[in-house]
Amino acid sequence: MAKRDRLSGNEAVAEALRQINPDVMPAFPITPSTEIPQYFSKFCANGQVDTEFIPVESEHSAMSAAIGAESAGARTVSATSSAGMAYMWEELYLASANRLPIALALVNRALSGPININCDHSDAMGARDAGWIQLFAETNQEAYDNMVQAYRIAEHKDVRLPIMICQDGFITSHAVQNITLMEDEEVRNFVGEYQPEQYLLNPNGTMAVGPYSVSNHYMEARRAQAEAMHNAKDVIKAVAEEFAAVTGRGVAWFEEYAMEDAELAIVLMGSAAGTAKDAVDNLRAAGKKVGLIKIRMFRPFPAEEIAEALKNVKAVALMDRTESFNDHNGPIGADVSTALFRAGKLCETINYVYGLGGRDVRVEDIEKVFADLEEAAANGTNDHYRYMGVRE
Amino acid sequence: MAYNFKEIMNRPERLAPGHRMCAGCGGTIAVRNVLRALHEGDKAVVGNATGCLEVSTFMYPYVAYEDSYIHNAFENAGATMSGVEGAYNALRRKGKLPADSNTKFITFGGDGGTYDIGLQSLSGAMERNHDLVYVCYDNGAYMNTGIQRSSATPMFADTTTTPVGSDSNGKPQNRKDLATIIAAHDIPYVAQTTFSPNFKDLHTKAEKAIYTPGAAFLNIMAPCPRGWRYNTPDIMEICRLGVETCYWPLFEVIEGKWVLNYQPKNKLPIEDWLVKQGRFKHLFKKGNEYLIEAFQKEVDRRWEDLLKKCEA
Repeated sequence: MAKRDRLSGNEAVAEALRQINPDVMPAFPITPSTEIPQYFSKFCANGQVDTEFIPVESEHSAMSAAIGAESAGARTVSATSSAGMAYMWEELYLASANRLPIALALVNRALSGPININCDHSDAMGARDAGWIQLFAETNQEAYDNMVQAYRIAEHKDVRLPIMICQDGFITSHAVQNITLMEDEEVRNFVGEYQPEQYLLNPNGTMAVGPYSVSNHYMEARRAQAEAMHNAKDVIKAVAEEFAAVTGRGVAWFEEYAMEDAELAIVLMGSAAGTAKDAVDNLRAAGKKVGLIKIRMFRPFPAEEIAEALKNVKAVALMDRTESFNDHNGPIGADVSTALFRAGKLCETINYVYGLGGRDVRVEDIEKVFADLEEAAANGTNDHYRYMGVRE
Repeated sequence: MAYNFKEIMNRPERLAPGHRMCAGCGGTIAVRNVLRALHEGDKAVVGNATGCLEVSTFMYPYVAYEDSYIHNAFENAGATMSGVEGAYNALRRKGKLPADSNTKFITFGGDGGTYDIGLQSLSGAMERNHDLVYVCYDNGAYMNTGIQRSSATPMFADTTTTPVGSDSNGKPQNRKDLATIIAAHDIPYVAQTTFSPNFKDLHTKAEKAIYTPGAAFLNIMAPCPRGWRYNTPDIMEICRLGVETCYWPLFEVIEGKWVLNYQPKNKLPIEDWLVKQGRFKHLFKKGNEYLIEAFQKEVDRRWEDLLKKCEA
């Protein structure tokens, strides 16, 4: 039986973790993800979970301890944001290279500087090549649902990669919304027990983790990781389908909103999708053929499927909540453009940088993006890289 | 049971031969003798910070450790082993490991990974009092990257980042006193040791460190023939002189109580230790006597300070 409740995104993720009852959680507080280890510590203090909570002295040590714990055979989770994840940087690569299915609740926040505690995706986007699966959420419900699915994906024998469960700082993490929770038993049945084949504490054998490995093996190790990331795509789909069968919710790779006959489309991810849907509804009511693609699975990237979903559009806005400082495009801009080119689909694309450091995203901003697209579709454009909502 | 050198040395090796460490390396002597202190039948997870030891003992696909082993990165051996120990607690609590399993957690770092880049991670692991042993094999410089100075490098040592030159007498600063810093974490057991002919001091301290519940720290002077530039077979003499000159005193801090383990009958002058090592060659040039005096003064000051701590 599902339970109706009202929770913030942080509460929702913490609640999922209580239900999962992972073995080890090393964590260090940073706004806006701090509440997740706080709520979880309370679950530990009240005997609601029997997780080993390790209050480390830094995020670097949080991910280091997570790597130690997961290598030892423990289902492990941590939570962080922004500079906290930047400080984990080196360790993110080690977690994936060692093929450790750690889950990280990432509450997206701008990287400094200037120091800013509000939402953008610069933390997650910087880690997009770190070998982690990355799932994004529009709402607290999606953040919860993604966390419940995380270990089924990460621990799958064809994957064995760490997974980042991303939600937008404050906008999702702190805003209270209605949510439908699964029963504890239902979550535990869905997630199952962690049964690693090899681990440091295996009573029946030894294992060594973290070798020195140079030119004669390194490339094969990287190739194996790439293969795992490829496999993750189908696993994410299968887990999403199973989850939908239990709960009736969710999509696997991306959500298509009013895309059937859309001529103008926006591609984005995270909480701005809610605002964009309002803009789409307004413009549809006015007879405009507009639609939205909301990416859930950013790593691995569903390139062919997104190109297919965009095959009939005349112009598309690729919306990046980060600045890549390359005078060219952002991560979604680059990935979707490549996907379109490879699919032989040449339409007008405009890459927008938006919502940096918590800059508000308004319905009228998105409507203006659609107006720009209409203009570009009609007359073409040479201005492919723009800012939305900035004072010039 | 009384210490039996023959019995201890005949215990099965837990660091197999065939690794790539240099002949005569102090680091491997430290590792082998610490691991010998594990009781037969007890399991261990061994860790390493990045360094000579790690890149020479776990070159894929070969590993020299008989026990489970983890290397993560340079600066986080303490945090990494915290996670392993945390997993052990959780898995036992949840019945996923036998309640009577007896696994020990021992991690090794050089002075670079311990005194310097790994200090924060080490401090955290000690303060949280994980049931693990952190062993620093202190060879007083970043040997793996080619003999650069560390905060453990003694004053005036010639290293590749404190080279002796027309305007330089080697490293200007004194070495950091890490054992005291770790003792200030108020953990159950801290000890400083090195190699003695019967290895009793090291063995006894390693056994105490491993079998004392909670966090323990061992600081082992582990000479590096390449970096210190002494005649490789002289390692035991170098260690003896380190102790007899009181450059490297042998002590323990047990539950906060300082204990001096050895007091030389005739404290030898520091030049007896310095003269054996090429890294201090410039101190023996005519006109540099004042540098040796300064070095001696610092050794004396620290020794007196230690005596006071142990008397209190």
